[in-house]
Amino acid sequence: MTAVREPVSGDTSYRFSVNGEAREVAVPGMRRLLDVLREDLGLTGTKEGCGEGECGACSVIVDGLVVDSCLVPVCQVDGSDVRTVEGLSDAQTEALNPLQQAFLEAGGAQCGICTPGMLMAAQAYLDAGGGSDEEDIRSAIAGNLCRCTGYTKIIEAIELAALERGGRA
Amino acid sequence: MSQVAGPRRALTDAPVVLPVTVPGQAPIPTLGRARPAPLRREGPEKLTGKARYTDDLVFPGAWYGATIRSTEAHARLLGLELDPDFDWSSVVVMTAADIPGDNIVSSLKEDMPALAAGVIRHHAEPVALVAAPDKATLREARRRIQLSTEPLEPVFDPLASNQQFAAYEISRGDLDAGFAEAALVVEGEYRVGHQEQLYIENQAMIAEPRPDGGITITGSMQCPYYVHEALTRALALSDSQAVITQAETGGGFGGKEEYPSILAIHAALLAQRVGKPVRMIYDRHEDISATTKRHPAVVRHRTGVDADGRLVAQDIEIVMDGGAYCTLTPVVLSRGVLHAGGPYECPNVRIRGRAMATNTPPNGAFRGFGAPQVEFAAELQVARVADQLGVSPALLRERWLYREGGVTPTGQVLRESVAAAEVLERAVESAEYERVREVSHQTRAIRWAQAAEAGRGVRSTRIHAAPGIGIALAWHGAGFTGRGEVRLASVAGVELRDDGVIRVLIANTEIGQGTKTIFPMLAAEALGIDPGEVEMAPVDTSIVPDSGPTVASRTAMIVGGLVIRAAQKLRATVEARCGAPFAESYREDARVNGATRIDQQFEPYPDVDFDDVTYQGDAYPAFGWACAVARVEVDLDTGGVHVRSVVSADDIGRVIHPILAEGQVEGGTLQAVGYATIEEMKVEQGRYLNDRLSTYLIPTSMDAPDITAILVEKPFSGEPHGAKGVGELPMDVVAPAIIDAIHDAVGAWITQLPATPERVLSALETLASVDRGTEGATLERGPEGAA
Repeated sequence: MTAVREPVSGDTSYRFSVNGEAREVAVPGMRRLLDVLREDLGLTGTKEGCGEGECGACSVIVDGLVVDSCLVPVCQVDGSDVRTVEGLSDAQTEALNPLQQAFLEAGGAQCGICTPGMLMAAQAYLDAGGGSDEEDIRSAIAGNLCRCTGYTKIIEAIELAALERGGRA
Repeated sequence: MSQVAGPRRALTDAPVVLPVTVPGQAPIPTLGRARPAPLRREGPEKLTGKARYTDDLVFPGAWYGATIRSTEAHARLLGLELDPDFDWSSVVVMTAADIPGDNIVSSLKEDMPALAAGVIRHHAEPVALVAAPDKATLREARRRIQLSTEPLEPVFDPLASNQQFAAYEISRGDLDAGFAEAALVVEGEYRVGHQEQLYIENQAMIAEPRPDGGITITGSMQCPYYVHEALTRALALSDSQAVITQAETGGGFGGKEEYPSILAIHAALLAQRVGKPVRMIYDRHEDISATTKRHPAVVRHRTGVDADGRLVAQDIEIVMDGGAYCTLTPVVLSRGVLHAGGPYECPNVRIRGRAMATNTPPNGAFRGFGAPQVEFAAELQVARVADQLGVSPALLRERWLYREGGVTPTGQVLRESVAAAEVLERAVESAEYERVREVSHQTRAIRWAQAAEAGRGVRSTRIHAAPGIGIALAWHGAGFTGRGEVRLASVAGVELRDDGVIRVLIANTEIGQGTKTIFPMLAAEALGIDPGEVEMAPVDTSIVPDSGPTVASRTAMIVGGLVIRAAQKLRATVEARCGAPFAESYREDARVNGATRIDQQFEPYPDVDFDDVTYQGDAYPAFGWACAVARVEVDLDTGGVHVRSVVSADDIGRVIHPILAEGQVEGGTLQAVGYATIEEMKVEQGRYLNDRLSTYLIPTSMDAPDITAILVEKPFSGEPHGAKGVGELPMDVVAPAIIDAIHDAVGAWITQLPATPERVLSALETLASVDRGTEGATLERGPEGAA
């Protein structure tokens, strides 16, 4: 990534919230949300793996739905609520959220490059009321490729997080 | 067909519980024993997005670099044509003529140029470099550069190539006498294609000019000192002028063993010319098109079995496709040759291997490193022998496998740490192999009866999915081959700094496997302190010694042993000075006596020796052993193979961290599932056709089987913790288990990986036509199908 890009003619102003914070960028409307996050807002937690919506490393949550930010032009998120991996842990204490903690304990992250996208897909699933059923979890993360784990411990981590949330409810 | 005269017991009736005797083995070491394990050290950074991978790093004023690549497989390079309508003063363009040092990417042979000069030898070969201050200008400049070339005749078939990178031959016993003894001879030819490592983080490198005229490299890599050697050579730098630092690395699997060297040279050339940092971050398309793959191979087997069902002769021939340049091909082939017989003792063996040059992108390191190709062939061969003998494949392996005292084709006596029988037993038991196999045979018999009734060959009108179970056994030589570790002479350090901080100094990289987590554990145990009190020095060649590459499953085993020994010496030094336990005295010792650093160099294992010329002796100090049992479901209408479950029992010597070790088995297993079923690189005129992630498929969570990892510990006495490495074993063993399961399901042998729906359907059609007696196909039927 580079420093924040300079505005040029043809740029349009877009307002949306990122991890609960109001943001405004002046960029071409077709600029990828991924580039806006990484390069214009300095949020490099979201990764690029393929640039064509296959790997899910760039997954973020837009208005509650998990999307590939490499396929979303920024004009589509005007007025939306965007959540990235940087917004998962506690803003004040930096404590890991229950899903992140479950990933840490179960061994769900190895090289870590798919992890931010995987977490966002899993978080969207849990936020939508997803439970600990293995098949449901598998389909929730079917758009996120991981080459390290065989998915075994990722699925376990999401199960753990779902069970823990169930216990608290 | 001959019959086996030996016992025909079914494992379900009388489980084969083999006594595991370890005569004369050293006491079981305590270091590194599995225990409540610490959490992944860099886990929180990876889970919060704070971890900085190469493309996440900000270098103010950095330019962007790109590679101009050939679009032909073989051509004479006449020059570059730069569009005169473009403002070339705004960018930098470099060719081979601009390389200050040798135009060579330092590796085993001196054949690969950093930039092609004179001749282009493969598609996507780097020919020129271009850098620009912004991405838009860079894109435009790339578009305005054309290569001027004259086509040359390419060679794509390794069997037709007359340029050889390496050849090895091993023999033991008397092959002719062995085959003369044989009551059954089974021949087979097996083929495997390219496989892409497909780390999710593409290759990425940033070069920054140094005030001393040198270059600092920050990038995604497995082996910083390989990059260091390549950079000093190509840019004519002194050792201190090249500083290599590893950024957080998003997977490697061998793909970031040698390739980062050329990329670092490219970025450094541009950075030196521009006088600013230059970023070279590949996109997925470039990464797949241009970087190394697993070597394709053709493996031919001839196996002789005597009337008692004993393995008496193996004649094996391997041909690997090296691609256009040598890279690591000779050592990949060497490992292939040394593993080709499989984990079975045979008195009469000949193994011949050769690696040939073709006009395709160079092939290189990928988890398993030559072993997955040959062990697929070896295991299929065993499975076909079992099928022809009508015995359980598990039982046949149990009879043939290596035990303590066994002698390998190189004459190596397996004196210790042999767990072939144990992993077989554990996997067979856990997967209930014989019971499930019985059920799938009954299902198949019913289906065939229905099909025969309906006159529809092997397919039934009522059953559309066929279940099957398969098994495979594998061995994997631990650490570098032959005298490799002796030549590397790796050094690892442990230091107590004057501020009381304890650091491990190694050049081995964290690439997902857990290096940063296990080394503090190993050092802390030797020092008698908590792992939290041990830090890892940054992987930076100006700080850490050359502890060798992060490859060959050697990090935990070899470098782990060095770190334990260094820590033991540090502890002894401090305790001798203070007369008190290290844990209580080290902070005070550092304050009073200043820093203490111990560097430990690899010392050859006593009584382990290998002759690189005759290929006789101890090819590896020890072997890891693995057994996999796979269950599949074959869709009889589409030919699709769904791998339902895999049980993999892996002997890794000593489990240091159970969660991380299981993670290696699970991840390696899924890569092998991909290798066996869906990962196929289509090559046309030397170019990869499916060079995108939308066309080169790897398994998703929906494709992944339920994986059970069973860790077996048969320690290696040559290392204080007894570890033998875990990364590659699971990659060797799973693909043949799946292909065996497909045979169990449908009765057809798939001899070429991957078992795509097209290949499975075609095998089913052949089988059906054999049934109808309309074709002279040679595929064998399952035992109950034999007349």
